[in-house]
Amino acid sequence: MLDNLSLFVQYPPLAADVILNGLLIGSIFALAAYGMALVWGVLNIVNVVQGELVVLGGYVTFLAVQAGLPPLLGLPLSAAVMFCLGWLIYRAVIFRVVDKDIFISILATFGLSILFQQLANALFGSDVRTVDAGLGSLHLLDGTVTLSHVKLLAFVLALGAGGALWLFLRHARLGQAIRATAQNPRAARILGIDTNRVYAMTYALNGALCGAAGSLAVMAWTIHPYVGLPYTVRSFMVVVVAGVGNVAGVVAAGLGLGALENVAGFVFGVEFQIAFVFALMVVILVWRNAMAARKRSYLE
Amino acid sequence: MSRITDWHIMGALALAGIAGPLLLPGLATQIAFLWLMVVFALTWDMLGGRMGYNSFGNIVFFGIGCYAAAVVQRDAGLPYFEGLALGLLVGAAAAVLAAIVFGAAMLGIRGHYFAIGTLGLGIAAGEIAAGWDYVGAGSGMALPLYPGELGSRELFFCYSLFALAGVCFLVFRWLYGTRFGLALNAIRDDHDKADAMGLRTTPIKIFAWSLSAFFLAISGGLAANMIGFIDPRDVAFAGATFGVWMVLMAILGGKGTLWGPVLGAFVFHITQELFWTYLLGWQRVALGLLIVVIVVFFPQGIMGWWAARRARAVS
Repeated sequence: MLDNLSLFVQYPPLAADVILNGLLIGSIFALAAYGMALVWGVLNIVNVVQGELVVLGGYVTFLAVQAGLPPLLGLPLSAAVMFCLGWLIYRAVIFRVVDKDIFISILATFGLSILFQQLANALFGSDVRTVDAGLGSLHLLDGTVTLSHVKLLAFVLALGAGGALWLFLRHARLGQAIRATAQNPRAARILGIDTNRVYAMTYALNGALCGAAGSLAVMAWTIHPYVGLPYTVRSFMVVVVAGVGNVAGVVAAGLGLGALENVAGFVFGVEFQIAFVFALMVVILVWRNAMAARKRSYLE
Repeated sequence: MSRITDWHIMGALALAGIAGPLLLPGLATQIAFLWLMVVFALTWDMLGGRMGYNSFGNIVFFGIGCYAAAVVQRDAGLPYFEGLALGLLVGAAAAVLAAIVFGAAMLGIRGHYFAIGTLGLGIAAGEIAAGWDYVGAGSGMALPLYPGELGSRELFFCYSLFALAGVCFLVFRWLYGTRFGLALNAIRDDHDKADAMGLRTTPIKIFAWSLSAFFLAISGGLAANMIGFIDPRDVAFAGATFGVWMVLMAILGGKGTLWGPVLGAFVFHITQELFWTYLLGWQRVALGLLIVVIVVFFPQGIMGWWAARRARAVS
């Protein structure tokens, strides 16, 4: 373990490679986390099925490439298909739990997560899947730092989507309706906003973001039916750290998490990378609670 | 007029528990799993139903019980039953210790955050066990062979788990009638007011989780020996099966009621045995669907539905 860490000091370009690749993978986490922040902020639901939407988005691209489409076309296709699936999920299940106890919405989305995970396993098999985007790689520092162009694309797209989302929420009619509903659904209804439609569009938009993230994940990395929950937890962590209404914070936290996870995977070994993700979340929650308790004790 | 009381039901269940495996020896393993499910549902309900802390990570204590028993039985060099007894004790102690440590850190977290945090705890534990060579890493651990004659093994574990479920039920039933039970409900109904009333909420919460952990760890040691093999993700820290079933059974029966978890465990286990025969390969898909349907359409559970019906009949 410490040997791996000392490698970084002896040979800094290796550290640069691990950290930069992690940062770029982190942009995929940021994309999925925008969606989670949106659903959390507007519907007040922690969407446990988030990761499965990412994985299903990945399968859409995988199947499209199998059918002979160019990989890059898979990206908008995944987003479009997952937009529709998100809308369907809202109409079938989510609208029934929007104003219920948080426990019910967590458990219902958790049930959906198991459902989609097992459906993916039954339909597509448990093999690890990946798609070669055929875009080549960027080599820096005499080839010690290798960044695939797909990861760079993911990075640009995550930044672009963050900016577009910010503009959309601020200036578009629907974006304003979404923000109004998030602030006070009752007042929004009185002012003539169809909040049910706003909820449906928010959830569908979340699906599209997850679909894009999944498409990038299958091109830049791998997917299989059981990686959904780690994506859910990553998005959750990013939103907890960044706060619900903070687009720039989500980008920063997502990239940071990607880098941290890649370094941890390198230092502790890849077999502990998932354990690291989940343990990190527990630590963040405990730390956050301890900070809140300190603030509370000032009031006493 | 003779009214059916708790004692009648408990007597009938005790009779069934003692006579069932003798009359139906072929079903002894299934009956043993039924008692295991009862322990799962009861221990989950103490936090989820009574105290309002919805834990998705109680499977951690079951897994600790599994691994502690397996390691003690492997390394202590004792004969089978002595090794098993020591393993159960060590497992229970380790799980209670873990509950105190995790509880002190995590039981201050509320709502969404506690639910997802405990979910992370359960999965992290499974992943760590799957990478740790001392406990067999990803290939898991095999338990020593039961020394008794053929057929006595199933009966032994069936009766042990029955006794465990019975003790767990009686202890919980007694506790829910004391001030401690009222304190749990107070924490669930309004945590801040419970604090303001001067309840020492943190020690109460930690004690409740430790008690759940104690029973879960013993059930883990017994279940590991009954199955004969532990896999880190599919037996010991099986969040996707055992871990979810705990929650589902308690809700199905009616969380926060005395008989709800027991009833939920019976209904779920029997239904699930049917799934196994008819839905080959699709059980887990059906499980996901079942959770969604129960949670969305039937959140009060069977006991809640029964109480509402009775209330309507009275008025």
